[in-house]
Amino acid sequence: MTAEPTTPEPKPARRFALLSNRAGAVFLTPAGILVALFVIIPFFWVIFVSFTNRTLLGRTALNPEFVGLANYFALFDPSNFFQRGQFGFSLILTTQFVLASALIGQALLGLLLAWLIQTVPPWIKRLTETFVIAAWILPEVVIGFAWFAFLDRDQGTLNAILGSVGLPKGDFLLQQPFWVIVVFNTWRGAAFSMMLFNSAFSSIPPSYFQAADVAGASSWQKFKDIALPLIRGHVVTDLILITMWTFNTFTPFLLTNGGPSYRTELLSIYNYRVAFRDFEFGKGAAVGVIIMLINLAFALIYLTIGRKKRA
Amino acid sequence: MKLTFPAFAGRIAFSALAALIGAIFALPLIWFIFAPFNARAELGVTIPDPWTLSNFMTVFQNNFAMQALWNSLIQSIGGVILVGAAATLAAYALSRSSIPGKGAVTYILLLFSSVVSGSAAMVPIFLIVSAMGLIDSHLAVILTFAGGLLPTAMFILRDFIDSIPKSYEESAMVAGASPVQAFFDVALPVIRPGIVVVVVWAFVNIWGSFLIPFILLRSDKLMPASVAIYSFYSEAGTPTVTLLAAYSLIYSLPVIILYLFVSWKFGFRFFGGIKA
Repeated sequence: MTAEPTTPEPKPARRFALLSNRAGAVFLTPAGILVALFVIIPFFWVIFVSFTNRTLLGRTALNPEFVGLANYFALFDPSNFFQRGQFGFSLILTTQFVLASALIGQALLGLLLAWLIQTVPPWIKRLTETFVIAAWILPEVVIGFAWFAFLDRDQGTLNAILGSVGLPKGDFLLQQPFWVIVVFNTWRGAAFSMMLFNSAFSSIPPSYFQAADVAGASSWQKFKDIALPLIRGHVVTDLILITMWTFNTFTPFLLTNGGPSYRTELLSIYNYRVAFRDFEFGKGAAVGVIIMLINLAFALIYLTIGRKKRA
Repeated sequence: MKLTFPAFAGRIAFSALAALIGAIFALPLIWFIFAPFNARAELGVTIPDPWTLSNFMTVFQNNFAMQALWNSLIQSIGGVILVGAAATLAAYALSRSSIPGKGAVTYILLLFSSVVSGSAAMVPIFLIVSAMGLIDSHLAVILTFAGGLLPTAMFILRDFIDSIPKSYEESAMVAGASPVQAFFDVALPVIRPGIVVVVVWAFVNIWGSFLIPFILLRSDKLMPASVAIYSFYSEAGTPTVTLLAAYSLIYSLPVIILYLFVSWKFGFRFFGGIKA
């Protein structure tokens, strides 16, 4: 490293910025306006609307009245809280959905897949990865139709397979709608966990495993005693992210419409129905506020952990 | 290295299990692979006999279907240009200027963007768009997507720009370039790979999305493919399967091509674990 003789003055390393504050502000403006309009303002506006009786149509569409916490009391009304089609039912359903399809389904399946493809022949690895990732990247409406065809009572692939091995056929969308969307979401989202854990596993120095091989460790022992402790950070990241995404997902709507009889009405779908089918914006906004508060809790955990890692 | 028998058996078991899971993942997609080429497409899986492209002809002759693909293109490209341009400028400013509190800005943006999710923000976004008089317009969809995707796009790009040494622009400015020149002529070519990633990511997100156009658009002639596809149901509520299968494939092609492009060009690495 030699000093630059042509530099007119010694480089003031700390204070020197390539972009003046004014130019920086100009550069930030377009993004700032868009984010303010469609991210920041909605956050505060949804809180405001949740205290009104605003509707999409009718008199209260133009002149909404302030109703205080009435919308929230309606949501948490103990007399019907657990009834189908009510807020409490959706909240509990969503919790079960997140536990079953994200924390158990996606995370465990992703972990298993990532571990398996470390050692299998490349062509099996590539083939398996292709289908898992295809489930993740294809547009949601296409996936919705593919599953609709897959589950069809009379002609669907699933019933054809069940029939050919002598198992009873079923109309799963009607009989087991909750488990359908759980399996569906696991299938749809496992790719993310697989890729995250795959990159985590490949960052472990191979010598660790070679040493374990010499000592005669089984694959399970290597997984449990070497790999898992080393990727703990990735596991936490994965769990928080897939929980948030699953909590907010609207995609099951494309498969079940929230039905039959509200049995798959996740909070996001409930929110949509209240606001845009029943036209009760105030109540829908209140649901939105609750969803956002739950999101906030998860996001704060995630960002706190992320910051610690960086520091 | 010579494998012992248990290790060998273990590897076979691993391969079999991986292949089995892969096959289970493939099952729901098999219909989607065969049905577009089957003249009598049904919801069941049948190998087309003979293979035919007639379903695609039906799609190409259906004006509404083609219009919807065109709408998807307008909304996606519009959104992508806006996200790409605004995110690049903003990320560059956050990385290279000394504006006070820029760390906090990035943090707060990321926090807000993960809190204000599509379904929870439906009501206020609808109200804002309607207050702007933009309900039922391409612009409504484009602006909403741009706003929603920008925080993450800025975050990805800022990380990327931070990793590039400042010396490129510094030497340009020493040679007499203005900051704006240094940005456009020196920095921009260097950060192009980062922009490509963001643009592809934004395109896939907008192209595949259903909820936002579903809420913000009313008229048939503006519907993107993701919403229009639901009109391929007959009056009785049963899908016109031939049309639907071929259309699904055409509609998915850009996403598949972009995926292949990204994995060929960059290797499908992990970009900070970001999707939606």
